[in-house]
Amino acid sequence: MPDDPSRTPKLDELEKGPWPSFVKELKRAAAGNAMSEQLLGVLELSYEDRVGHWKHGGVVGVRGYGAGVIGRYSDVPEQFPEVAQFHTMRVNHPAGLFYTTGALRTICDIWEKHGSGLTNLHGATGDIILLGTKTESLEPAFADLTANGFDLGGSGSVVRTPSCCVGPARCEWACFDTLAFTYDITQHFQDELHRPSLPYKFKIKASGCANDCVAAIPRADLSVIGTWRGPIGIDQAQVRAYAEGGMDVGADVCDRCPSTCMAWDGETLAIDNSTCAKCMHCINVMPKALRPGPERGACILIGGKAPIVSGAMLSSVLVPFMTFEPPFTELKDLIGRILEVWGDAGKNRERVGEFIQRVGLGNFLEAIGVEPLPEMVRHPRENPYVFYEEYFEEEPK
Amino acid sequence: MAETAQRKTDIGPPHYGQFLPPVIKANYGTWKYHEIPRPGVLVHVGESGDRLYTVRAGSPRLLSVQTIREICDLADRYCDGYLRFTSRHNIEFLLTDPARIDPLIADLAAAGFPVGGIGNALSNIVHTQGWIHCHSAATDASGIVKALMDELIGHFTSTDLPGKLRIALACCVNMCGAVHCSDIAILGIHRRPPKVNHERLPKVCEVPTVIASCPTAAINPVRKDGRETVEVAEDLCMYCGNCYTVCPAMPLNDPLNDGVSIWVGGKVSNARTEPTFSKLAIPFLPNNPPRWPEVVEAVTKLVDVWAAHAKPYERMGEWIERIGWPRFFRLTGIPFTKQHIDDYRHAETTFRRSVHIKG
Repeated sequence: MPDDPSRTPKLDELEKGPWPSFVKELKRAAAGNAMSEQLLGVLELSYEDRVGHWKHGGVVGVRGYGAGVIGRYSDVPEQFPEVAQFHTMRVNHPAGLFYTTGALRTICDIWEKHGSGLTNLHGATGDIILLGTKTESLEPAFADLTANGFDLGGSGSVVRTPSCCVGPARCEWACFDTLAFTYDITQHFQDELHRPSLPYKFKIKASGCANDCVAAIPRADLSVIGTWRGPIGIDQAQVRAYAEGGMDVGADVCDRCPSTCMAWDGETLAIDNSTCAKCMHCINVMPKALRPGPERGACILIGGKAPIVSGAMLSSVLVPFMTFEPPFTELKDLIGRILEVWGDAGKNRERVGEFIQRVGLGNFLEAIGVEPLPEMVRHPRENPYVFYEEYFEEEPK
Repeated sequence: MAETAQRKTDIGPPHYGQFLPPVIKANYGTWKYHEIPRPGVLVHVGESGDRLYTVRAGSPRLLSVQTIREICDLADRYCDGYLRFTSRHNIEFLLTDPARIDPLIADLAAAGFPVGGIGNALSNIVHTQGWIHCHSAATDASGIVKALMDELIGHFTSTDLPGKLRIALACCVNMCGAVHCSDIAILGIHRRPPKVNHERLPKVCEVPTVIASCPTAAINPVRKDGRETVEVAEDLCMYCGNCYTVCPAMPLNDPLNDGVSIWVGGKVSNARTEPTFSKLAIPFLPNNPPRWPEVVEAVTKLVDVWAAHAKPYERMGEWIERIGWPRFFRLTGIPFTKQHIDDYRHAETTFRRSVHIKG
């Protein structure tokens, strides 16, 4: 099929053009793999009739796990029997998405032997996605993965594969060790990651600074964002060097500060750190001159999610500042209490953000043993319908 | 690869430490600053004075093992066997010898991988599975991304934009990925309620679970031909597909009515302004494979108008906030319709409750 352009005329169109082509990838895999060859046919069919040809569902996986494999079946199995079953395996990536070529080649060898030879590097959550295999191949593929030091990631109603930014491995702005945290928390929650026991998915993502390179606030139920206390470090000579190099420090740095806490007189950059929102803009623009303040830690936020079920949410502040060093016991304990409260009282397919919306943030805080703080809200409530559990009663005479 | 001896479980991922190149191990946590010497290349300088060069290349995300091995060949040749990936599907080659940058970029070009995506540029388009592997996709993902990046590649390989440009695509409202906080989000949408298969539903689904799955209480129990099944109040259905995910007997894929919507002005970063959701720009464009010309034209226009009008560092949403939404619609020529006005929870908080109306 791949050598016969008349079989996939629509997809062939996407082999042209300067951006790397996924159709070329499909055809490369198809040259030696019957599943990938028929995947081309299924996709061409979708391009003709403008609808997908996959059915979801079916409990499928490896022994002892309830997660890590996405069961997938074709709705045209007679036409494409090689992809009648086409399950995906999610493999937990190394923190920071660093690899040696040896490790990547091992993954390639395993997937050439047991699957379609097609991957995604990476899935949106961060896992290595091994795209498409048959039920009978799942257990052998899993055995080869674990023999080589890899394990499956999360899927369904579990703690999903935690992920993080590049962190202190290659970024001067990392306010905590995102890789150490992500590895540690992933190991800590192995049972919750592989065996569904929660109302719905629970995503944990860690970014070393407020630039949030892994989009933790929009998409993680538990977002960990690096931040600092104390004054931003300034090298005035380097500020002047940026200005001499053509940067308009007034317009592009001071005027873009959301707290208007900066002033530039052509010689000296002044920062009123008491009103700094720690947004990162000035540091982003002048990395040689400015750096995060001396006391580093993390802000913990909760409840971010995509629209399903009842609407998209951004995470909101749960702990404004947490000193954040291995073994991260304070946060592990907090996550444990969250999973317990939400796990007990959450409804099926209700994310923790939706749960908080239903029961009220105040009640949720009480249940997990966290004191309410003004940092958690934009402003105090405007509506006067306030609930009280305690009230005065006249003493019996 | 090692042979299997005994069944192992719950070993977790391999420790990242074994994959870090020596220069990173030596400078871990002590990087001082970085610069962008040219598009697609970063240099990080440590307190030690060590320099680490990163060359970032775009990939189609969907990769064959054959191509991954070629990428490994390049990392072996230029980076002593170390490489990494970004959360936006880019490949990063990590070098210590600046003399190797040009030959690496030449080899990448020969292999078809563009270098870029750093600084005030378009990074790779985060996207989902689409028709390649998803049951609920309202559009394909890889096809639109390929067609669009063919058109916008110049903004990937240069730094000619006012600020960062983050485009993302999700093929349905499940939104695998942070599509909902992107400068430009391309979102596959269904536009018709699910079609209940009354014969199949009682065999494969629990009726109470199906009813509970609906966020607008549009699903009710009904008895049909002696079967316990459900019916959908179509005027309440907002086509979210949650019922289909819990019950395969309620498909809502519809080739005539499925398509693509375009959203603008969201961002993830806290820099300057807070993280923000993207807002609706174009309610519906048709699925027109293989190159989705309507989508490519619409997104290209949005990029062009923003690039022509935004000030330095202004992301799409910050630019729109400055000029006001009425002017955004005038400049882009996009008609404002009934669909642009929210009618879900808290819709009233999006209505203009002042006379602050910009030009």
